[in-house]
Amino acid sequence: MGVALTRSAQWTAAGHGARTLETTPLNEAILEEIIMFVESFIYKHPQEANYVFVEPLEWKTNLDPPAFGSGYVVREIRLNPRTVKNDIELLKRFSGKEEQTVLESIEYTSDYEFSNGCRAPPWRQIQGEICYVLVKPHDGETLCVTCSKEGVFLNGGKTEDEGEINYERKGEIYKDLITLLREKSAIFSENMSKQEVGFNEEEQKKKDRPNEAPKEEVAASCKASAASCRSALEKNRINLGRSQLTKRLEPSLNWKTTIDAKENKSSLRDTQEEKHGGRLEKSRSSISPGRVQLIRKNAEKIEEIISESSSESEEDEEPPEHRQEANADLPSEYWQIQKLVKYLKGGNQTATVIALCSMKDFNLAQETCQLAIRDVGGLEVLINLLETDEVKCKIGSLKILKEISHNPQIRRNIVDLGGLPIMVNTLDSPHKSLKCLAAETIANVAKFRRARQAVRRHGGITKLVALLDCGQHSAEPTQSSLYETRDVEVARCGALALWSCSKSYANKEAIRKAGGIPLLARLLKTSHEDMLIPVVGTLQECASEENYRVAIKAERIIENLVKNLNSENEQLQEHCAMAIYQCAEDEETRDLVRLHGGLKPLASLLSNTGNKERLAAVTGAIWKCSISKENVTKFREYGAIETLVGLLTDQPEEVLVNVVGALGECCQEHENRVIIRKCGGIQPLVNLLIGVNRALLVNVTKAVGACAVEPESMMIIDRLDGVRLLWSLLKSPHPDVKASAAWALCPCIQNAKDAGEMVRSFVGGLELVVNLLKSDNKEVLASVCATITNIAKDQENLAVITDHGVVPLLSKLANTNNDKLRCHLAEAISRCCMWGRNRVAFGEHKAVAPLVRYLKSNDTNVHRATAQALYQLSEDADNCITMHENGAVKLLLDMVGSPDQDLQEAAAGCISNIRRLALATEKARYT
Amino acid sequence: MVTFCVGYGVVNCGISGTPGRPGLELGYLRSLHCVEATLDMDQKVLKKLVESISDTVKSFKKGEVECLIRIFHSLVERADVRLDNIGLDRNTFRVILHRIFGMTDDMLMNRVFFAFDKDNDNYINVKEWVKGLSVFLRGTFEEKLKFCFEVYYFNGDGYISQEKIFDMLKNSLHQQSPEEETDEGIRELVDITLKKMDYDNDGKISFADFEKAVKEDRLLLEVFGPCLPEAKNCLDFEALAFQHILTSTF
Repeated sequence: MGVALTRSAQWTAAGHGARTLETTPLNEAILEEIIMFVESFIYKHPQEANYVFVEPLEWKTNLDPPAFGSGYVVREIRLNPRTVKNDIELLKRFSGKEEQTVLESIEYTSDYEFSNGCRAPPWRQIQGEICYVLVKPHDGETLCVTCSKEGVFLNGGKTEDEGEINYERKGEIYKDLITLLREKSAIFSENMSKQEVGFNEEEQKKKDRPNEAPKEEVAASCKASAASCRSALEKNRINLGRSQLTKRLEPSLNWKTTIDAKENKSSLRDTQEEKHGGRLEKSRSSISPGRVQLIRKNAEKIEEIISESSSESEEDEEPPEHRQEANADLPSEYWQIQKLVKYLKGGNQTATVIALCSMKDFNLAQETCQLAIRDVGGLEVLINLLETDEVKCKIGSLKILKEISHNPQIRRNIVDLGGLPIMVNTLDSPHKSLKCLAAETIANVAKFRRARQAVRRHGGITKLVALLDCGQHSAEPTQSSLYETRDVEVARCGALALWSCSKSYANKEAIRKAGGIPLLARLLKTSHEDMLIPVVGTLQECASEENYRVAIKAERIIENLVKNLNSENEQLQEHCAMAIYQCAEDEETRDLVRLHGGLKPLASLLSNTGNKERLAAVTGAIWKCSISKENVTKFREYGAIETLVGLLTDQPEEVLVNVVGALGECCQEHENRVIIRKCGGIQPLVNLLIGVNRALLVNVTKAVGACAVEPESMMIIDRLDGVRLLWSLLKSPHPDVKASAAWALCPCIQNAKDAGEMVRSFVGGLELVVNLLKSDNKEVLASVCATITNIAKDQENLAVITDHGVVPLLSKLANTNNDKLRCHLAEAISRCCMWGRNRVAFGEHKAVAPLVRYLKSNDTNVHRATAQALYQLSEDADNCITMHENGAVKLLLDMVGSPDQDLQEAAAGCISNIRRLALATEKARYT
Repeated sequence: MVTFCVGYGVVNCGISGTPGRPGLELGYLRSLHCVEATLDMDQKVLKKLVESISDTVKSFKKGEVECLIRIFHSLVERADVRLDNIGLDRNTFRVILHRIFGMTDDMLMNRVFFAFDKDNDNYINVKEWVKGLSVFLRGTFEEKLKFCFEVYYFNGDGYISQEKIFDMLKNSLHQQSPEEETDEGIRELVDITLKKMDYDNDGKISFADFEKAVKEDRLLLEVFGPCLPEAKNCLDFEALAFQHILTSTF
């Protein structure tokens, strides 16, 4: 019920962190419902009221909505991408300049649609937002509207400068777009009633389709009535019999599964967990009824989504549920294990230890045995044993838990049974072997988000970090007994558990705060591989955070990472390379890698291509290290560039991304470009332009572009039709790919023979480029401006893009503070002035005044490009007046004194044009 | 003279019936360390005894051996070292095992007594006392292994037979069901242990079997019931017994 309410309640839109409930009619209605439900509940269902619910209980049902009767929270407004899209498309059809239309226009703010149907950026999707539309009614200003799952409302509008949307809610929430518009625009309301007939027909069609919205209400209301339905449902299940049970009951959640696709990872996981939790509950109840208490609060779940980072690489795939069929042939292990569990339950310490030791003789790596232990109720007993005072029982129990927790299902069961807090407490034991086993088991269990969070919540991170310190204070009295183990082993197990935990952002922070980094750095000095692997693994995982990268540098960890690259152990090499990859974004770190002699082992590891994980890590490290020129020089000495070219074929994408990235960096230098061409690197690079991997495409376009600087290479690229491939990437849905492709096109156009003819041969290509000026991504805009500058060098092409309306589109971009865009925009304007009456047109489209302001920028490149553009524009008298009025003369006079010769000339030329006009006017006045 | 006194009354009532937690009782131990001040012993004889014991028991320093001898004598209430054949009888020893070393199982305590009593005279003499404690407190894994095996095979032919296992385990299940069912459960438990430990399949556990099984899994060392003190009790005992040595060195 909590989940349903959380979703339907209206929260303040304020970014991340804790959100609060808003005072809205809907929320008030929901609250009223809750109060009424809670107040009457103890009287209506006294037995059920005794259950303590700490986690929402959920399940799937195939009941129809009417089966619930009325009275459940079905009033919630639930929009989904499909309904919103239908509404908008419908409205579009009835929009236009004509009088009888309902609106002047309605447009999405973003034309990119995620696979789940949403257009809102992923971080806003988490808030339930679907898309944003700009609506221009016949009467009044353009409205910027947010469509979210909760309803439709006005937001803060699109900001002038950045084109960003201010997501803050600025008005009431309406149940759908049409209701909102009826409220905001009288003409809309009026014309809507006229259109009603046609509209209703459309609506009807929509309704005939399988409609998700009511279904979702079923799910919500089903959850809402969880407590009261429970017993009824259980009865139901018994009546339905097995055939029903085995069938997967899929009531709804269609929307969820679509929205949750890739972009909305966190909520996907959440859904899976919910589903899982629900199912688990169901099956468990047959074994031990009334196991409803253990479990966690709903509120935590929301916090979880916010606090956990997206950086997590999750195992959180729903593990397939294998449950022994009651009548199926059970393996003999099942009965033997059942007998042993009986001894665990009914025996004293001696019998328990015997049973535990005997249980360990089963092949616990085998799923049959793992699940048998769980299915006969062994997990509960094993966890309970951890709470006794019997050291031997605890050791025996943990030894089994450690093995069976390799199974993803068992992990979840352990967490659901509240096993983690107990294991975390066991870390405090004076017995080192207990500490070790507990830490190792935690390492296995903490493979998914909820478990990692539980470890942190119960103070586990601090305790695990303390284990790393073990053995440093050997003075303290230790209880030596037969079951003891070495201090190093304790530290190793601690590192192992931290490694698992470090996959959550919040845990990374917790490890750092607990002082884990210096301890890890110290352990890194050992030479035991089994210690080094978890230590480097943890560091590598954490190096995704800036804080860690700084600390890694400060603690002189790079040196040891480099040292261990020379290890014999492939896994260790992999993690070291991975850590270097993460850290080498930083220039100083890149230098450190070189100074400690890390480049040579990296280069030599390239030749071993069998282990793809390691190869990916190594090529990644090489890529990042190649950002420094000195490093590239070293790599060239070691012959790494040739080897990298050899890796351009027959490698998995993870490797290719890094290899191409590294080559892209190497290509910044002439010498290396020659090497790449000579060892046949151009062809495989161009071949990679036909791909779908976004990261790979960004890197490939960059590398191809860098190669194209070399005229000889350009010939090869042209022959392989590389330019056409680059050009088609301008249609990519990913802005970074678009931008990277556009940048790559610049040197291609510069260096191609008959570039003008080549460009014209791409049917529709010029129009495509010009239209990209409508993008709202700064990088795309800058790159497209640069491409246009190059295209416009050909008169004929300039004429074509002028016809496609390049002048007004460029003019529209003029109001920007982004220096990179300013620079390329000014260059493009300057080029485009060379055709027809474009100079005049730029003036008419008000591009001149903003350009003058560019002269106040701090960037000399902007100055140069702007002065050149102004010089071109100053050929038109009206532009001169605008410039003069905007104080261009004084600014340009300063630039005349610049050491940059091009800037000097352009500024002087512009001033002279303005001056000449002034003289002419004066002359005219006096004659 | 000696302030320490063993509670015979308690022993007579049966130790297993003693309420409260077993283990180190503070009053009991406090009485131990005043032993030193009050014990009136012939220094020469004592020294000789220390020398002779130290020759066979290497894990204690001489000073520690001396402490243990003094404690022994305070326990047997005899200050006369020359009477070599006097020792701790079974009941006294069981009280010590219970109150100092936290053992609870009557049958196992008897067996531990016999494991200490090497010459089978039903008394633990001073040499047996120090020797036994050396296993308890400082024993190596091999020594403890041997000791446990001795406790378990108890007066037998060098094997732990099926019947003996049954005897040792017969109280290991909480009796909820009728007696026959519990017996059945114990018989199955015996089968489980034999399956695990009887490597040569002769239906009994030899020392070789025992050694192999325990080396594979140390948890099996006290497989048929606790017969070694817990580490914490040992530490506490050492701390008190050797207290004056520790303080005098500082």
